[in-house]
Amino acid sequence: MTAVASAKDVTMVDAKSDDPSRVIDIDKLSLTFETNDGPVHALSDIDLKIEKGDFVSFIGPSGCGKTTLLRVIADLEQPTEGSITVNGVSPEEARLNRAYGYVFQAAALYPWRTIAKNIALPLEIMGLSRAEQKSRIEKNLDLVNLTGFEKKYPWQLSGGMQQRASIARALAVEPDLLLMDEPFGALDEIVRDHLNEQLLQLWAKTNKTVVFVTHSIPEAVFLSTKIVVLCPRPGRIYDVIESDLPRDRNLDVRESPEFLKIAHRVREGLKAGHSYED
Amino acid sequence: MTETALAPSRSLNPFSGLMSGTVGPVIVVVLAIIAIWYIAAVALNARFQQDIYERADRTDVPVSELIADTLAQERPVLPSPHQVLVEIWQTTVEKKITSKRSLVYHASVTLSSTLLGFFIGTLLGILLAIGIVHSRVLEKSLMPWVISSQTIPILAIAPMIIVVLNAIGISGLLPKAMISTYLSFFPVTVGMVKGLRSPELIHMDLMHTYSATRVQAFWKLRLPYAVPYLFTSMKIGMAASLVGAIIGELPTGAVEGLGARLLTGSYYGQTVQIWSALIMAALLAGTLVALIGVLEKITLNRMGMAR
Repeated sequence: MTAVASAKDVTMVDAKSDDPSRVIDIDKLSLTFETNDGPVHALSDIDLKIEKGDFVSFIGPSGCGKTTLLRVIADLEQPTEGSITVNGVSPEEARLNRAYGYVFQAAALYPWRTIAKNIALPLEIMGLSRAEQKSRIEKNLDLVNLTGFEKKYPWQLSGGMQQRASIARALAVEPDLLLMDEPFGALDEIVRDHLNEQLLQLWAKTNKTVVFVTHSIPEAVFLSTKIVVLCPRPGRIYDVIESDLPRDRNLDVRESPEFLKIAHRVREGLKAGHSYED
Repeated sequence: MTETALAPSRSLNPFSGLMSGTVGPVIVVVLAIIAIWYIAAVALNARFQQDIYERADRTDVPVSELIADTLAQERPVLPSPHQVLVEIWQTTVEKKITSKRSLVYHASVTLSSTLLGFFIGTLLGILLAIGIVHSRVLEKSLMPWVISSQTIPILAIAPMIIVVLNAIGISGLLPKAMISTYLSFFPVTVGMVKGLRSPELIHMDLMHTYSATRVQAFWKLRLPYAVPYLFTSMKIGMAASLVGAIIGELPTGAVEGLGARLLTGSYYGQTVQIWSALIMAALLAGTLVALIGVLEKITLNRMGMAR
């Protein structure tokens, strides 16, 4: 913390993190959008460390900047103040190194490509050989239980299947870091539960670091090892909760007192942050 | 239950059966146009016919004869549909294609410059759109010219293009095709700019997260997205090309082509010839646009975008 005292100006890469297990290191980060109605403080004074293998959820009401924070990590937005490193380098460098896979709120599959071809898209851009593309497509379709749907077009699949295909596409890049922006937000509860369980299994199998944006408390508590509660105006971190639930968990854990305790704390945080508004 | 509720309302309208398919409405519209055409032909040609009767001192001509005569004049103000049909038949099927009076020959002359102009225009339109989409400078500097080019009446500029190109030794097909190009590049440019910009933000973001280059984003995202827009604007461009080719034939001294048929027809008051050339041009345009429609269907099917 002391090292950042001088980092008032915009420095993307300050003293490289010497801790190799640190995946994301955010220090005093702020982001202000200049709009016609004056500046909007989307993010203010964010401090956050994410370690390798963490499953971190950002939760908060709309407008709290949770998606913006994720986009900053992905180099889709530029911070106006503070510093951030991803894998010890700037987000831009990390993006160019293809350090992360990004899953959007919508599946965002290309309608003119089959499922297999959609997953091949980032691989084509990376310039991988056909054989390598083929094996990665097979492997990742299997991971999300979509084997047999290679030749289908996106519109022939249900919403849940489309989102699974888009996760397979993000995984095919073989990143150590998975950024997910409300990937199951548009799905019904039953499908969402099922996909949450699958996602946990996937995470356990691959030992990836996951940053997950959601506005569902049970989802955040069920999935995460660390829950970051954000509140709006300006978007800032209200609470960071380290979950003591076992890493190997299934849906039944949601009935346990530990789960309810964490959920309660998240809810209290959201409430306190919310009453700030009006 | 619904069966009984619907049954009486179905029998109420005697035309409901006729208008339910696609064939019925099409036939009804065609018949209506032909009927209006006949009525207009009688109305417009009647005065001239009455003049003839007056000069021949015939005062008690029955209406049926008047109508028959107005539809059989040699140079009517508005020829009747069957006169035009007969003329088309005589100048297509009954004439050798090599003959100077063959409408097929003239149509093929117009067709070749239409296609050449359309091809160049489409290519130019696509290239302009690519430039405009990728460079702010090009957008600011080109777009106003692209738009103002279409505000100039093509009839005014066509002779100048022909004359200038002739002066530098270019004659024949190319000058006419240039006028087609001039008309057809515009819809393609506008359509493709829209098409290349149509990818959703989320898809552009996705390309960004893959660190795709602009060239990769173009081939893998922008271009496929623009394909439906391209076909729509090509249909407009094709029709405009044909108009351009016909206009391009007017100042060349009306030697050959559908434009020449229109011009000689108006020199000699051959309205039947004018109308048959017009119908031929319309048929040609319709066929060409339909061909693009077929091409569009095949392409979108192959791309998996047709549902």
